[in-house]
Amino acid sequence: MSPFLAVIARDVRLALRQGGGSYWTLLFFVLTVTLFPLGVGPDLALLARIGPGVLWVVALLAAMLSLDRMFQADYEDGSLELLALAPLPLELTVLAKAAAHWLTTGLPVTLLAPALGFLLAVDVTAYPILIAAMLLGTPVLSLVGSIGAALTVGVRRGGVLLSLLVIPLYVPALIFGALAVEATLDGLSPRPHLLLLGADLLVALALTPWAAAAALRLNLE
Amino acid sequence: MANLHWLANPGRFLRIANAVLPYLGALTAALLAWGFFAGLSAPHDATQGAPAKIMYVHVPSAIMSMAIFGAMAVASAVALIWKHPLADIAAKASAVIGAGFTATTLLSGSLWGRPTWGTFWVWDARLTSELILFFIYLGYIAIWQAIEDPNRAARAAAILCLAGSVNLPIIHYSVEWWNTLHQPAGLLQGRTDSSMAVPLLTLLAGFFSFYVTMLLWRMEREVVGRKIRQLRLLRAQA
Repeated sequence: MSPFLAVIARDVRLALRQGGGSYWTLLFFVLTVTLFPLGVGPDLALLARIGPGVLWVVALLAAMLSLDRMFQADYEDGSLELLALAPLPLELTVLAKAAAHWLTTGLPVTLLAPALGFLLAVDVTAYPILIAAMLLGTPVLSLVGSIGAALTVGVRRGGVLLSLLVIPLYVPALIFGALAVEATLDGLSPRPHLLLLGADLLVALALTPWAAAAALRLNLE
Repeated sequence: MANLHWLANPGRFLRIANAVLPYLGALTAALLAWGFFAGLSAPHDATQGAPAKIMYVHVPSAIMSMAIFGAMAVASAVALIWKHPLADIAAKASAVIGAGFTATTLLSGSLWGRPTWGTFWVWDARLTSELILFFIYLGYIAIWQAIEDPNRAARAAAILCLAGSVNLPIIHYSVEWWNTLHQPAGLLQGRTDSSMAVPLLTLLAGFFSFYVTMLLWRMEREVVGRKIRQLRLLRAQA
């Protein structure tokens, strides 16, 4: 197995096994979505209107909550230093870790989203676009989040700081993702939003590993 | 580059800054005093009347709030690439001033919005991106506070600042896109007569001069503060 895939496989395994907390993220996603009908009232028309936005915001929070898992445990037990010394460039290690984070949060959240969409009475015709937008958008959350996770890796109580740093950077993905679904519901083409979301993903894919690797190097000194 | 290295000596920087600061302060006071006087005595806006005077605070601080983030991005790049010892100090000293201008922009804008649009806040594209800019400033300041060692904090903050500066245009256009599909709020399109433009430009120069004054002052404090920290650490180790 190539080193890149080995890092992904290792991180996915760690996340799925006991204490990994991958299920907790999904449970958080489900629980938080159920809070919205309780908070704004059971009016299905209102829920259907805010549904896509709610799903996106909660998916964003779920991805963010699990970001500290990306580097923190490896930093604490020293394996992050070994990964940094390994022949695989640190940029690619970061990319692999972001991919593993996406496989254990973004992807399951995407697959769960239609089920929660039923609870929020989101129109069924929007589901293919909702899934497509989330498949394009949630990797951006993992990639951009890797910068924040790398910057706060050595910081005590870095979790809250991490969300402060990352939330403003999540705005474009949230906007394009929610707009794609809303455009479909309004009978418009979601294509431009999906294309912009894809462009956002490509920019994140090209640039974030460099920034996150630089931040990791600084915290490993 | 030669000039950059010549200024890299903190002692020399302190001497020059000390010599320049009083004159800069006087220039700032003069520009602001004249600009506000001219602005207040200029004719009222034809449609908006007296409330439009808020423009004289709002527009220059909005321009400064964005320009300072640009300056911080340049300083962060210089600090990361050339390890210039004053660049990260300049970026750090700028952040609080920039956040102040951003807050001023948001507050004055909301005070201006009440009489003209009938509400303190609308989710207009410009307001929203200014608010997000404010949050990015706060995150930048927070990371300086979170990391104790100034050298590590400087590099972490520089990486964050550069990531933010790549993201800001994307945020700006995404927000514009988001808003134009919802409720377009056509505003802030004043044809500017010279009776208003001259005070406005004077005030912009005054705000800029205020920024430079505050920047040098805060940089001086930071340089001296780091020296004190170093001496205390040495004494604690002795």
